[in-house]
Amino acid sequence: MQFLNFKEGQFIDFLSFKRLAAVFSAILILGGVASIVAHQGLKYGIDFRGGTNVQIQFSTAPDLDQLRQFFAEKGMKNVILQTFGDAADKEILLGLPTGSPLGTGEQLTSELRKILLPQHPKLEIRRIETIGPKVGDELKISAVQAILIALGLVLLYITIRFQWRQGVSAIVALVHDVLVVIGMFSILDKEFSLTVVAALLTVVGYSLNDTIVVFDRIRENQGKYRKKSFEETINLSITETLSRTLITSGTTLLVVLALFLLGGEIIHDFAFALLVGVLIGTYSSIYVASPVAVFLTKLAPPAGTAPATT
Amino acid sequence: MDIKFKGGIILIVLIAALYYAFPTYRAYQPGVDPQTVEDKVNLGLDLQGGMYLDIEIKAEEAVKEIIRRTAVELEDLLIDEQVDFVEVRQTAGSLIVEMEAGKKVNLELPPYDRFLVQFDQQPEGELTYLSLKADEANRIRESAVSQALEVLRNRIDSLGISEPSLQKQGANNIVIQLPGLKDRDRAIELIGPQAVLQFQIVNSNATPNTYNRLTEVVKYQEVWDKTTNKLISKRPYVLEKKILMTGEFIRDARVRIDSRDNSPYVALSFDSIGADLFAKITRRNVGRNMAIVLDDKVQSAPVIREAITGGEASISGQFTVEEADTLKIVLRSGSLPAPIEIREERTVGASLGEDSVEQGLNSLMIGSVLVLIFMIFYYRLAGVFAAVALIFNVILIISILGAFGATLTLPGMAGIVLTIGMAVDANVLIFQRIREELKRTENPRAAIQEGFGKAFRTILDANITTLFAALALLQFGTGPIKGFAVTLSIGIIASMFTAIVVTRFFFDIVYLRKTKLHKLSI
Repeated sequence: MQFLNFKEGQFIDFLSFKRLAAVFSAILILGGVASIVAHQGLKYGIDFRGGTNVQIQFSTAPDLDQLRQFFAEKGMKNVILQTFGDAADKEILLGLPTGSPLGTGEQLTSELRKILLPQHPKLEIRRIETIGPKVGDELKISAVQAILIALGLVLLYITIRFQWRQGVSAIVALVHDVLVVIGMFSILDKEFSLTVVAALLTVVGYSLNDTIVVFDRIRENQGKYRKKSFEETINLSITETLSRTLITSGTTLLVVLALFLLGGEIIHDFAFALLVGVLIGTYSSIYVASPVAVFLTKLAPPAGTAPATT
Repeated sequence: MDIKFKGGIILIVLIAALYYAFPTYRAYQPGVDPQTVEDKVNLGLDLQGGMYLDIEIKAEEAVKEIIRRTAVELEDLLIDEQVDFVEVRQTAGSLIVEMEAGKKVNLELPPYDRFLVQFDQQPEGELTYLSLKADEANRIRESAVSQALEVLRNRIDSLGISEPSLQKQGANNIVIQLPGLKDRDRAIELIGPQAVLQFQIVNSNATPNTYNRLTEVVKYQEVWDKTTNKLISKRPYVLEKKILMTGEFIRDARVRIDSRDNSPYVALSFDSIGADLFAKITRRNVGRNMAIVLDDKVQSAPVIREAITGGEASISGQFTVEEADTLKIVLRSGSLPAPIEIREERTVGASLGEDSVEQGLNSLMIGSVLVLIFMIFYYRLAGVFAAVALIFNVILIISILGAFGATLTLPGMAGIVLTIGMAVDANVLIFQRIREELKRTENPRAAIQEGFGKAFRTILDANITTLFAALALLQFGTGPIKGFAVTLSIGIIASMFTAIVVTRFFFDIVYLRKTKLHKLSI
């Protein structure tokens, strides 16, 4: 079985859509930025903001409003309550701010039981996570560091293996992907947690993978077809690698979908970030990295070649 | 490369992989206790249930405490030696001794030179500055952390967890992992308190408004309502600043029940030095009240009726039996040299862990099967090669994790699932290349060789950069993210081996050995 079967030298003119793509990317990124501004920053998970999360399973479907009122009556304000996972799981996630009388307590679980048992005689406290404010700040720094280290290493490696133009184009594409995923989390009002950062870095690795395959082919084709223009070479290279790009995206999407649908609520956001990231990473290696490489080559032509504009 | 040589290498790797993956397979069979199996992949706390704690030892407090104690000792000594001094003041990291005008004392000479810690002395007129020697503060901090490790280990032993782990991390942190922990609150109650026990004399004539701030201090007794768990009142006590004795001489602690009102209390017995000291203190203070202070809170303040020579004391309060039991354990284990703070807690119940394992395995199975079906459907016989390579890949990941005794977390499982989707990429790159070459040439043999050769560099570049991203994640130290980074890195490396070497081998034995090769199934 085969699809996208092209004859040798035949290609799709991908770059003719580059303006449309630029508008599309701009909408995605600006939409995300606008959402972040409107929400007054990202909605950080407790990994970054500190606090306590308690995952509780009830025997009957819990009434969140009733529970909220209940906690308020006990003098506990700033308690965030949300359902966790499918309604069928009858689970809630209870969020307590740092320094909450409950959250700091050594008797957290017994206190919660005392509060909830009269109404819900069968409940199970399944998970407790507390992150101190200091750790939250440290993790924020580590997250930024990790992303910068990854991008720095990538830039260095591609510059050595290819040219600085390709290195910069790849970085632009990666930053594009990261921004789109972050923006998506803000637009959908999802919590930005440490696992999402892990997903982001995986997306960086994945998207890069795609970009490099295209760049590799561009380099090869530049040697092969010396008379073709740079843009033609790029179109040809993207066309030639298109089946591979789509197949790999497809298999990766298959497993990410399996994680998203079957992996459980704890890694749901992680899988979601991967899902968005794999899609956007595939798009960006075609429509961000390559057009930027064309742009940079026009802006600063490699030594020994005539400037493209003259 | 010679085909036999290549086959030999693959066989050796396969045997080694199966050998190292087998313990993991055996350990998680139904009816087998995983703990009895060595060299397996361990399940992280998020998969088997348990508690992860990251604790900070406030080591700076230990330094302050030493300075405070030295100040008290020095004052006593100056009084004993009948030196005319005004006061001994404490500042951060140093002491200032103020003498009366014209008087001098050389604190470098005996008997002043036998303090617990080393000071630099700098006299200036009536004032003498004593500052901790530079490496001395470090030594105190380090010993505070190692001592805390020891004390916490003792306390945790009483929880009866089969494989607890305590590890020092960084300068002042301790990471505690308690797999299979059932009672989370009890663990925190045991780990949390500093458990510094002090005996101080009560000045019944002074009130919190009228007391000598130089020699006395106010501490409170808290009264709690046991049913609502609310603080009802705080009763103040004016205590003499001098600490007559601490908990360091405790030989044993036991929970007893008071026959008069059936309330539990903790009975202490001191070692011989402690017993002598306690006898001396009580003899001197007959008729006065002695406060028993635990972590700066007054527990009780009974009247000393007569000298207590048996080396026994008791702490009564409004304890429940469980609280008395906790107190007993922390007093037996000794006090922490400094207070601690829980920086991070991750507790997962066993049932949630089981659910996570099931969900992880499900997505692994379904994801793999879908990818395998696609590959075989799309690339036919070559797809079968890729499928076998993929299964080899998963075995390889498990065996490498097992060989290093690594821990598999939920994100780690996600890493394996993701690797499967991405691992076929190397095969896809090769197969697409071979298809391209087939369009160009009539010779399938050349197409195979060209396909592998040209794809190799791309595979290398693409995988190395993905590895960078995984390495950047490793800096998150412990925790679930590291598990993800580890499986992803191992997966990437393993997938390069299986795609380049194993798949190639299949092509070699199926196609390249044939003398007449007309058509490839790809």
